[in-house]
Amino acid sequence: MAETIVVTSGKGGVGKTTTSASLACGLARHGKRVAVIDFDIGLRNLDLIMGCERRVVYDFVNVINGDCTLKQALIKDKRLESLHVLAASQTRDKEALTEEGVRRVLEELAADGFDFIICDSPAGIEKGAHLAMYFADRAVVVVNPEVSSVRDSDRILGLLASKTQRAEQGNGGVKEHLLLTRYSPQRVASGEMMSVSDIKEILGLDVVGVVPESPDVLSASNAGVPVILNEESDAARAYGDAVARLLGESVPLRFIEEPKKGFFARMFGR
Amino acid sequence: MGLLALFRKQPTSANVAKERLRIIVAQERSARGSPDYLPLLRREILEVIHRYVNVDPSAVQINLGREDGREVLELSVALPQPPPARR
Repeated sequence: MAETIVVTSGKGGVGKTTTSASLACGLARHGKRVAVIDFDIGLRNLDLIMGCERRVVYDFVNVINGDCTLKQALIKDKRLESLHVLAASQTRDKEALTEEGVRRVLEELAADGFDFIICDSPAGIEKGAHLAMYFADRAVVVVNPEVSSVRDSDRILGLLASKTQRAEQGNGGVKEHLLLTRYSPQRVASGEMMSVSDIKEILGLDVVGVVPESPDVLSASNAGVPVILNEESDAARAYGDAVARLLGESVPLRFIEEPKKGFFARMFGR
Repeated sequence: MGLLALFRKQPTSANVAKERLRIIVAQERSARGSPDYLPLLRREILEVIHRYVNVDPSAVQINLGREDGREVLELSVALPQPPPARR
């Protein structure tokens, strides 16, 4: 049975698309059949992060409108065989996405034998964001350790608890996970940044991953290779751990402690 | 962070952020359950009152509270001072 996971946040620029791309790759690396869908109609970006922007022929809205089959629109990843991308449409018509249309596409993917459907939500709480979360079984709420991001994600938690199919049907609701990005253990240690436990306490969510601030995220998007595929990177390891946790493994959090400093470094500042 | 940090007493900016968020999130969560007709109700009541008395929009307060397990809709209108009676 397919599991639908929405990657959402409310606030823009916190790393939803980076996270969607990496989680999708990570799940596919575990042998799962994964489809990752860009719900940001009008502002297509997942294709760039996945590195398949030149292979987009048909998009999500084309499938909904019946201009092509789902199979024609799914872009097969060149690195991972079981991974497929469905690009957002560039249309300016925000009404192009309909609840019925989205339901049909998700049902067809499930019938096609996909294990996971990752819905990359647009920022905000408008229609695209609503439809990205509406059919979700689980939600990964991406948060930066920063006040506006935390507040917006709490708004999103309110919507997940009321404006989703699972909430309306009353069958346990959407399972929510917290994924912190751009985390800096050094700044947490010096009291300049809220810690994992601070944010966990405010939002009351279980933590599925903590991704450290890393220059590798920008290089990855520059290259169109999801950061999780960079073996050398701490951010990749953190995303790898998050994927394992999504699959039910119990993995301790890494990269949340400040690296140990020598005696002199401690006495004389940085 | 160096030796000076040992003598620093004021709360860190992270603590300030956490406190602010704790308050605003609690406030917004408590408002979340309230029906969404409240703003419209407030506007329409204001319109009716306006037909008879010239009140300031901010003079009408509507609150939905909870008392002894009952929901209480509280409406308060501050009427403007009447003009001094003419002789």
